[in-house]
Amino acid sequence: MNTTDAISVAGLTKSYGEHAVLRGVDFDVPRGSIFALLGANGAGKTTTVRILATLLKADAGTAMVGGFDVATQPAQVRESISLTGQFAAVDEILTGRENLVLVAKLRHLPSPGSVADDLLARFALTEDGSRPVATYSGGMRRRLDIAMSLIGDPPVLFLDEPTTGLDPQARIAVWQSVKELAHGGTTVLLTTQQLEEAEHLADRIAILSEGRIIVNGTLPELKALMPPAAVEYVEKQPSLEEIFLAVIGHDTSVERDRAGADK
Amino acid sequence: MNKHFFGDTATLSGRSLRHILRSPDTIITTAVTPIAMLLLFVYVFGGAIDTGGVKYVDYLLPGILLITVASGIAYTAYRLFTDVSGGIFERFQSMPIARSAALWGHVLTSVVANLISLILVVLVAVAMGFRSGAGILAWLGVAGILLLFTLTLTWLAVIPGLTAKSADAVSGFSYPLIFLPFISSAFVPTSNMPGPVRWFAVHQPVTSIVNTLRDLYAEQPVGNDIWTALAWCVGLLVVAYALAMRAYHRKIA
Repeated sequence: MNTTDAISVAGLTKSYGEHAVLRGVDFDVPRGSIFALLGANGAGKTTTVRILATLLKADAGTAMVGGFDVATQPAQVRESISLTGQFAAVDEILTGRENLVLVAKLRHLPSPGSVADDLLARFALTEDGSRPVATYSGGMRRRLDIAMSLIGDPPVLFLDEPTTGLDPQARIAVWQSVKELAHGGTTVLLTTQQLEEAEHLADRIAILSEGRIIVNGTLPELKALMPPAAVEYVEKQPSLEEIFLAVIGHDTSVERDRAGADK
Repeated sequence: MNKHFFGDTATLSGRSLRHILRSPDTIITTAVTPIAMLLLFVYVFGGAIDTGGVKYVDYLLPGILLITVASGIAYTAYRLFTDVSGGIFERFQSMPIARSAALWGHVLTSVVANLISLILVVLVAVAMGFRSGAGILAWLGVAGILLLFTLTLTWLAVIPGLTAKSADAVSGFSYPLIFLPFISSAFVPTSNMPGPVRWFAVHQPVTSIVNTLRDLYAEQPVGNDIWTALAWCVGLLVVAYALAMRAYHRKIA
């Protein structure tokens, strides 16, 4: 482990009875970077995140988050993290603003009301802030969910499949906020089954399969694992996503941003 | 104890009390069934039941109050189940809070909600002719026993709230509790029941609690029943709390 690592995992194992979910997982995440844990359903992504978020105890191995051991200093780990689970964990009966105020109060912040108003504005929810969350669309719930995770500026953020079930626009909005967060110095560990998401967002990508990390590297490093690309000329067809975004008149600044990031 | 325990419990109790304010039907439906039973038994069956000269509404009220609590805690289990299945319970558990506050918030809310339902039922009983000459001390005793009984059943409700796989399973667990007062001294004196049924009725917790409540507001000496009632409540509370904690630790490391 390196002192600049926000997350450091070594030899993590976890079994449920006979069934071994994690068989020795190792990886490090440098501070301020986005790390994607890629894998199919049942690969052990959520189990890993739950261990790192102090919700589950590992059978063996060590995991350090924000410089604290998840097994022996769970309270300090919880001071440093925020978890956005696989399904938007929001209170349906409360309004969007009340959800944010609730979390700000539980984080013992001095002025929960103004924290809530700032986040509503930042996530374009100000107008809907006084409506019960039960009336929100999937994308709005996810935005609120992520906004709730940012309260108190935790240095490490876990996002478990943050864009599952979102439409393309909502997904791009989530990607945008994740990038801004990492830009501001937050360390983000995200799990996903979508290769495109990992490719688009992550500084490093690790592939988890049957409870082990089988590959871990930057996108160019991962690409280097394949035989060198042959140059072929193919007609550039727009993808359905590009068509969808074009016909509904979506702002393409995110696409330009993507081109910029690839430089 | 975590220094934030009281603050966090207050915050989370405030949250679930707000749920009740937004759907007051949970309190009304909690009170409706016991009130319907009260009407049915007092005005239909009550005339045929010999309670030894005691007015039937006076005789029946304690059992109806226990049924009120038993149906009220079904909502407690349901609210906790919703938190667990929706993921917000895990969100709270991954935050720097006193973790037990996520359960105590529901427990305190349950006590408040049941208290309101109990007051509604007592008001209806008074309208139907229930009268008691009991003093402040006896009423405090009644309130104390009902509070203890509510706490016991609430911790019992935490277990299905944490472990149930579906919402139907959650609401199903309270039916036996609602039914238990029928095989006790709550509706009819146990002396006319056949042998084995009478044995069960006399020895199950509801009878001692009902007899104690009845003696308290009838200004009679409570005798040994109060100690049996307290022993049942405290004993069950300890067991329910231990099982709830075990269910919690299976869920969250």
